[in-house]
Amino acid sequence: MAFSKVMWLPYSYISRIANLVLQRLWHNMHLILNTYYLVVGIACVLESYLISSGLWKEYKAFNSSKVKYLAIVVDSEEAYLTSRIVKLVSWLEALGVKHICLYDAEGVMKKSKEAIVEKLNKVTILEGAAEKDKLVSQNSMTLEFASFSDGKEAVAKAANLLLGTYMKLAELGGDQEEKIFTEPYMAEALKATGCNVIEPDLMLVYGPVRCHHGFPAWRIRYTEIVHMGSLAEMKYGSLIKVIYEFTMVRQNYGK
Amino acid sequence: MLTEKTGGIKSLLFGGLVTFLRICLFKVIATGPIPEHIAFIMDGNRRYAKKHNFAEGSGHKAGYSSLVSMLGHCYELGVKYVTVYAFSIDNFKRRPDIVKFLMDLMLEKIELLLGEEGLVNQYGLRIYFIGNLKLLSEPVRAAVEKVMKATENNKRAVLLVCMPYTSTDEIVHAVKQSCENKRREIQTPVATKLANGASEGVEVMMELRKLANINLVDVEKHMYMGVAPDPDILIRSSGETRLSNFLLWQTANCPLYSPAALWPELDIRHLVWAVLNFQRSYPYLEKKKQKKISE
Repeated sequence: MAFSKVMWLPYSYISRIANLVLQRLWHNMHLILNTYYLVVGIACVLESYLISSGLWKEYKAFNSSKVKYLAIVVDSEEAYLTSRIVKLVSWLEALGVKHICLYDAEGVMKKSKEAIVEKLNKVTILEGAAEKDKLVSQNSMTLEFASFSDGKEAVAKAANLLLGTYMKLAELGGDQEEKIFTEPYMAEALKATGCNVIEPDLMLVYGPVRCHHGFPAWRIRYTEIVHMGSLAEMKYGSLIKVIYEFTMVRQNYGK
Repeated sequence: MLTEKTGGIKSLLFGGLVTFLRICLFKVIATGPIPEHIAFIMDGNRRYAKKHNFAEGSGHKAGYSSLVSMLGHCYELGVKYVTVYAFSIDNFKRRPDIVKFLMDLMLEKIELLLGEEGLVNQYGLRIYFIGNLKLLSEPVRAAVEKVMKATENNKRAVLLVCMPYTSTDEIVHAVKQSCENKRREIQTPVATKLANGASEGVEVMMELRKLANINLVDVEKHMYMGVAPDPDILIRSSGETRLSNFLLWQTANCPLYSPAALWPELDIRHLVWAVLNFQRSYPYLEKKKQKKISE
């Protein structure tokens, strides 16, 4: 008994020391990671300056018409920066991107949509369902405002619409009711609830992390998702670079 | 003969050293938060074969080896759920001989998983096959059901193999199941009312309106991926930045990581990098999670 007590003491010291060593090593690892990101951040600022000043010739000419529909996803805590959003939209307009969806999970931008549109020239707010091809042929700029309620909750509303049709067909008999559960029918049901189903070609995420924050799942099957960093530190040069690189992408679509 | 033996001992020692270093590295990383669920899009097998002038099938075989070692690293690190995008419903559009080759390869590998030396025994894995299993050919479907049944009592770790899967198909399936459930719920009281002589038409419609309300919770509980929590990290190899109809519903607050390496080239350093970045964003991600729970 005394022997095991004696053995336990050095063991507990060793394990405490080992934990301290592990924690120190972990902190060091993260210190190296943070230093790396600091250096990358400085390099990005320099690169952005070179691109926006026109000194980097490669980024001077590109065809932004390939970006037919652009989604901007903003972290809800940064979505209050209305002046930044207005600036971003005017940059995109200058680059030739005409159709934009502004999304944040909590609908902050949706609530301030009048304030945003007021500060821009000749912009129409897009409400409800629209066809991508018809929209793209229009020359005027459109802005769509979306939030979490246009994503998962819209699917629940569409499910209720399909339920109504399902019940009616079931009453008629003939096993036709199963046939309404297809992707095209689902898309029609989503449109009928007043949701836009246009799939953006490109999504720019402004926030601390590269994630889509719950953007309507139905619309982002093949959308290229790019992380732009914080909205407060957005840079024109970085925007040019991302759109330029998008115009160089070729997709396989699983084939 | 002697040089062969010393050569063998050298490589054994070297292997042992690499394993020891890996365990030490994982112990250090595990000081911080470890993701509970990692999802992988295994992209780049065909490009790998082309890059090395191999036949197309060799890329997928190399991809399988890469999968086994990546799964081993994840479970060693302490990740409980791993999801892999093995076959998309869109992939059925490929050449029929390629589709057949992939199905045969999957059948062969599914059998291997259950073997003595397989992952199942090593890590106490429970395996789920996620997706529209009705689209699979009979032998593959039977093998898949067999594996799910054989591993259903395993509790240590979980592997979710998405095949054939797309998010949009998953959403439609969940909506269909919700509707079928609601129909069963509605028909019982309505049938009773009709039997008691209530007039058709208005009363039936009113009853329908009261009960016929599918909530988001109803849809979510019928999603194929409802057997696991939402992923904490999604890794897509070969540098592509899109999700290609994978886990669109479940990745609202999931960091997406796109290393440039092709899937057969993905190794421990990419996993370590993804986990370290996850740990760096952890306070922010936890805040989002808590907010979602409180709503």
